[in-house]
Amino acid sequence: MPNAVPDPERTNPFILGEAHPGDLGVIIKVRTGGDRDPDELTAREIELRLLEFGFVEGARVEVLHEGPIGGDPIAVRVDGIRIALRRAEAMNVILKREAA
Amino acid sequence: MTPTRIATVALVGNPNCGKTALFNALTGGRQKVANYAGVTVERKEGLANLPTGRQLRILDLPGTYSLRARSPDEVITRDAVLGRLAGEPPPDVIICVADATNLGLVLRLALELKTTGLPMVFVLNMIDIAERQGIEIDVEALSRELGAPVTATVATRKKGLEALLELAATQADGSSATPPSGWREPAASEVRVAHRQARDLMRTAVRPPSRPDTLTGRLDSLLLHPVGGVAVLLGLLFLMFQAVFTWAAPAQDLIEAGFAALGVGAEAILPDGWMTGLVVDGLIAGVGSVLVFLPQILILFLFILLLEDSGYMARAAFLMDRIMGGAGLHGRAFIPLLSSFACAVPGIMSTRVIDSRRDRLTTILTAPLMTCSARIPVYTLIISALIPNRTVGGVLSLQGLVMFSLYAAGILAALGVAFLIRKVFWRGGSEPFMMQLPDYKRPEPGNVLRNLGQKAWAFISRAGRIILPLMVLVWALSSWPAPPEGAEGPDIAYSAAGRLGHWLEPIFAPIGFSWEMVVALIPGMAAREVAVAALGAIYAVGGEEGALAGILARQWSLASGLAFLAWYVFAPQCVATLAVVKRETGGWLWPSIMFAYMLGLAYAAAFLVFQASRALGLA
Repeated sequence: MPNAVPDPERTNPFILGEAHPGDLGVIIKVRTGGDRDPDELTAREIELRLLEFGFVEGARVEVLHEGPIGGDPIAVRVDGIRIALRRAEAMNVILKREAA
Repeated sequence: MTPTRIATVALVGNPNCGKTALFNALTGGRQKVANYAGVTVERKEGLANLPTGRQLRILDLPGTYSLRARSPDEVITRDAVLGRLAGEPPPDVIICVADATNLGLVLRLALELKTTGLPMVFVLNMIDIAERQGIEIDVEALSRELGAPVTATVATRKKGLEALLELAATQADGSSATPPSGWREPAASEVRVAHRQARDLMRTAVRPPSRPDTLTGRLDSLLLHPVGGVAVLLGLLFLMFQAVFTWAAPAQDLIEAGFAALGVGAEAILPDGWMTGLVVDGLIAGVGSVLVFLPQILILFLFILLLEDSGYMARAAFLMDRIMGGAGLHGRAFIPLLSSFACAVPGIMSTRVIDSRRDRLTTILTAPLMTCSARIPVYTLIISALIPNRTVGGVLSLQGLVMFSLYAAGILAALGVAFLIRKVFWRGGSEPFMMQLPDYKRPEPGNVLRNLGQKAWAFISRAGRIILPLMVLVWALSSWPAPPEGAEGPDIAYSAAGRLGHWLEPIFAPIGFSWEMVVALIPGMAAREVAVAALGAIYAVGGEEGALAGILARQWSLASGLAFLAWYVFAPQCVATLAVVKRETGGWLWPSIMFAYMLGLAYAAAFLVFQASRALGLA
């Protein structure tokens, strides 16, 4: 829909941690984790985990479902594989929107 | 061809790739299940026979996404592959098991496994489902790019197994004695490179499905629906507990009748005297009162196994994550806690899937608060003895309501304790929750039955090894020493158990326990359900006639009975649980903490219930 009015909600790029079911995009960046408690997993660990579950630059992500309370966690399809993750971790995944 | 020794083949793959089904198919009935030294990670090993007569030793390893291990399960996989386990030589060959319908993540794992320098065979399992979906895999291209032979199997139908074993044997023969282990923990950039390689591999060798699986998506739109999904989950849990109590009843009646007949038969054959007392009151009654719960335990485990095998458990964890998270627990803690309704021991063992040590410890510490099946005999006995069998509001049975509130008390206590642990001891951010939602599949009857058989056997052998000797001990302690000539009152009051009970009575008086109850608690420390058998033995030796429930109805006040129930919600009365906690946490610290806090809660709860009931005039 090239002539559609831009929706301020549907910004581009967007963060997976703020996405909703139906959102579709290609990962442009997987960041290292934010300012987490140093006793917890390090920021690097979050990034590695995301990578191991297939959240890698260039992967296609579709948000499928969200949890019953507060919409958390979310279920997504990453290059054909279904993964559930919390929004806190998904904040580290940045996508470029694709038309549905 | 005369191989000097049996080569070891390790099965490695992502979780849910059908690895265990392949292991079962390869080894048939010839497998050994044991634990790795020091940890309770299950170690499954078996022998596979080649058509040539040669044998291979097959090792099943826990599923993983990478060798960079995060949970205790994954540490085993890494250490076994790298030959770092004590008393465990490195494998000669790795079989990398892939779900042929989901190659993305396993190809990256395969590339990582290659860096260990071990010979590898890459196997496309569940190839039938991939073919049905129209996925086309260029085996030659895949083999060329991976630098390893590739073959396909359908483990559940035993297809392609011989070819796989032959490839593994050939690879083993070509392997050098000690492989140069080139593995080290990859950096993020290297993981990215490996992903790119894996994606290129996918493009070259795999044509995406022409008829993709739509079943999983359609089921998920109901089962993960914010309202519908929760409704289905609650419905399943309701059905499960309903089944435990109603379906099991006929089988339980049968077992009960069987043991009663056995007791009558033994009484007729044996001469009068202490021998008969031991066999009839001690052994037959004691073991029978425990084995009668086998049907309930099997039904509970059947539900859990079916939910796990079908892929639903991951959905339950998804739905429950936020609720559990509110109490400071991980979504994955749902599975261990649900298993703990059957028995805390397998529940605590299944916490191995939780990768964070803190979350794992919180789950371990709270799991025994879930109402395990060993509490069922105690609850059922006391409820039937003391709670009137009438309805509330015309529909709900009062007895059922009490049972339900005991379960609810356990769940609420677990959530409360987890919350406190999180707030008081381990403040800080929550752990990541990331898990694959596997495609739904029909549970494999063979796999479910095999697992169920293992559970049944574990329970029966436990009854034999722990409960049987304890019953003999309780019987002996309550029969000796005999009362002096011309003594008054029941004989048991003079026995060792009677004296011990009287001696401990003052401690338990504020919570309303009589000395008989105190005596029953002592063997009940070893296993909860033994208290029922012990009460039976104590009152039988004490000269009380009739069914145990009737005796309790005459002897106990309602306030004492309720206090006993409250005690049982919390009391750490299970040696097996404490032992498994020691093994899982590697020391006596955590089992001691668990014992102390549960004992404290039990005493406090029983005290409150007893005093409140008396104040309300229920005595």
